[in-house]
Amino acid sequence: MKLELKFFASLRESLKVSEEKITIPESVKTIADLRIHLFERGGVWAEVLANGKSLRCALNHQMVDPSTPLQEGAEVAFFPPVTGG
Amino acid sequence: MPIRIQEGDFDVSAEIASMRKGDPRVGAVVTFLGTVRDMNDGSSVKGMTLEYYPGMTEKALQEILDQAKSRWDLYQTLVIHRVGLLLPEDQIVMVAVTSAHRGEAFAACEFIMDYLKTAAPFWKKEDTPEGGRWVDARVTDETAMSRWEKK
Repeated sequence: MKLELKFFASLRESLKVSEEKITIPESVKTIADLRIHLFERGGVWAEVLANGKSLRCALNHQMVDPSTPLQEGAEVAFFPPVTGG
Repeated sequence: MPIRIQEGDFDVSAEIASMRKGDPRVGAVVTFLGTVRDMNDGSSVKGMTLEYYPGMTEKALQEILDQAKSRWDLYQTLVIHRVGLLLPEDQIVMVAVTSAHRGEAFAACEFIMDYLKTAAPFWKKEDTPEGGRWVDARVTDETAMSRWEKK
């Protein structure tokens, strides 16, 4: 499955990536699976995507839960809790 | 446009005037204006940079305005949020609603602001004497939003 990833705020800064096109293996089916898949890259990825880090995720511009299934061609964004206003 | 995300400043009086213009049904306008403080979490703040998620932030704000309109009798709603570099005393965000009576307008304005704080993708990075730091989300913002959940 092909996805477009986006990273914002402190995540973007730590990872030094704002967007990335990725092809994921079939075993990666949900947002939670994707987080683990990226975590397994190790290094700074393991640091910022570790369990217990407060992260939010959006699938095609909608905030979603970790159990949400991924969709072909989707835009998936990871970011910290929002602090606007 | 009821939703604007922009680097430039805005004129509160002009925005209110344009919302009211030609609509004699309006009997109440409530506005919230958020501005940059020079202190946060015990550190002085020289300025801040605001980041957002183009494409998603507009949709999230539209959903918040739609929810407010479905809960209260409102005529017009407006959100202007600035991004980029801002300095102490600068205007950050303006929310305005018009309605026939003040009760609806007060409630809707507070609702929109509480939801914006927890559901709209904006992030602040403060420039302090200790260096740049990303602002942490506040538990009190979650609490403020949860007050509006329908029982």
